[in-house]
Amino acid sequence: MEVITALRRRGFLASAWPWRSLAYLVTSSVPGALVLTIVAAVLIVGGTLASALVGLPMLAALAFAGVPVAAFERWRLRLVDPEPVADPHRVPDGPGVGTWLATRVREPATWRELGFTVLLATVLWPMDLAVAAAGAALPVTLLTAWMPVLSGGRRGLGPGLAIHSPAQALAALPAGIILLAAGAYLITAAAAGRAALTRRLLSPRPDEAARLLAEVTGSRARLVNAFEAERRRIERDLHDGAQQRLVAIATSLGLALLDLPPGPAADHVAHAHRQSRLALTELRELIHGIHPQVLTQHGLAAAVQDAADRSPLPVDLALELTGRLPAPVEATGYFIVCEALANIARHSDADRAWITVGHRAGTLLLEIGDDGVGGADPAGGSGLTGLSDRLAVIGGVLTLSSPPGGPTVLKVELPCPEPVPSASSSPKTAP
Amino acid sequence: MSGARPLRVVLAEDGALMRDGLTAVLTRFGHQVVQAVGDAPALAAAVETHRPDIVVTDVRMPPTQTDDGLRAAIALRERHPDLPVLVLSQYIETASAGELLGSTDARAVGYLLKDRVIDVTDFADAVHKVAEGGIIIDPEVIRHLLGRRRDPLERLTPREREVLALMAQGHSNTAIAQALTVSPAAVGKHINNILAKLDLPPDADVHRRVLAVLTFLRS
Repeated sequence: MEVITALRRRGFLASAWPWRSLAYLVTSSVPGALVLTIVAAVLIVGGTLASALVGLPMLAALAFAGVPVAAFERWRLRLVDPEPVADPHRVPDGPGVGTWLATRVREPATWRELGFTVLLATVLWPMDLAVAAAGAALPVTLLTAWMPVLSGGRRGLGPGLAIHSPAQALAALPAGIILLAAGAYLITAAAAGRAALTRRLLSPRPDEAARLLAEVTGSRARLVNAFEAERRRIERDLHDGAQQRLVAIATSLGLALLDLPPGPAADHVAHAHRQSRLALTELRELIHGIHPQVLTQHGLAAAVQDAADRSPLPVDLALELTGRLPAPVEATGYFIVCEALANIARHSDADRAWITVGHRAGTLLLEIGDDGVGGADPAGGSGLTGLSDRLAVIGGVLTLSSPPGGPTVLKVELPCPEPVPSASSSPKTAP
Repeated sequence: MSGARPLRVVLAEDGALMRDGLTAVLTRFGHQVVQAVGDAPALAAAVETHRPDIVVTDVRMPPTQTDDGLRAAIALRERHPDLPVLVLSQYIETASAGELLGSTDARAVGYLLKDRVIDVTDFADAVHKVAEGGIIIDPEVIRHLLGRRRDPLERLTPREREVLALMAQGHSNTAIAQALTVSPAAVGKHINNILAKLDLPPDADVHRRVLAVLTFLRS
């Protein structure tokens, strides 16, 4: 709930909102006074030493004073506004202070924040403090007037205006209460206004927001692609390294068996030979799970066929897909099919499954269904949630329909260009 | 089959360890590796130079590290229709197997999982069968294909499927009977049933039986 909505609610006075608003206005003086002090100090020191090496950089550094102040203001805003304000700055192009400065100096947001800081230091914080004082200090003064009066003193309210007698102090109590309530509204309204101003000045402009989103999407896509490239590398390394070596060992054992006379030595070699065969089978399955070669070489349709062949359930296939698709689309589609088939085998109690793959109007359509018990929960650790990130990166959509009693149907739509006729057997790189 | 005729082999395999292992096995069984090469273009050149009795090639090889060996094998068979080729693959890819078998008029051709070399005697047998004009299909390929939903095959009993898988590997009735520990007569009955269920009239010719499996592979 935002502070401005809280203002119109019943029970507002008893809520935390007046207090949060008061805190918001009072803490405004922290950056305000601090900036004012620093600016004054820098102007004095830097101004007098302008010709020296110290003075000019100090003055120049002031141009960036808005960046930390604005960051603090955006953070402070959470006192009265639960919705966070995004940072309008982008990630610097590289490490180092020089790069940071070079990036910031070219951003309009830096100069907007500097303007805000000037406004804060000169106008906003004194104003905030004045409103807080008017809204809170005056009623508190009235309400506590009896304390000095009882001990024979007086409570001054202003020039030539003071409370002297106990009767006056007593009359001041209801006035204080009314003013306190009014002050709560005043403070909260002022805080709301101040928050709106801050949000308006310090949040990213639409183009900046769009750029930020593009940056995040881009970096996520890079991550997923790097992840995919890494899987391929691991697959290659295992194939070229461990697997070859294991085959060589097992072959040597096989040859040794031919020449060994029957006896304990032959038994041991035969045992080692059997073990190495099992190890090879396991390694082959492992490598296949990391990144199947059939996907790299023959594309999605062949890889889906392969996955269906491996499934313990009979799978009906309708693969209306020829040619190759971009590698990330093929990999995502394939791993979704594998995950879905694994889920069907594990949970669905189905007798058969079916998969359709087709391409229509720039979209790859995958549909995986089964005649099982239904009631699949996408959030229930189905493993599909793990694939949603990959899917999101390439702009895909996944829908799951699984009423109790079945059937369960998983539909995936992936935006992708027309398949390339598979004249070449090598996959395309990322678009 | 130590009494088999010695073969002159051209071997294509880019991994040095694997190449040495294959050479050792072939040599142990009395064959001669006339040249061992590490990429597809060298394979084509070696075949022209040596005119070997058989080519044994890996699927994944330079230059592209995809399926260069398979492409080279298919191309070689186009130029030399009588050249026996045995293709070794790291993984079973029914797509590759089908392509190879479809392009080689189903004779003197083999497609095996590379790991099979560790069972040295079986591997040597396979090399020999292909060199003699036979067909060798890895049991894994058959297992994949039998897992598919194809209506004629759904009519087969599990035992009949086992028999079909063994048939596809070119085993005789006696060998199948031994493998399944049943009588040869029982195998004969199974085979008749299979051929009937697959709408193939029973035939005495062993080669026709393998063709039955091939029809199924290519479809």
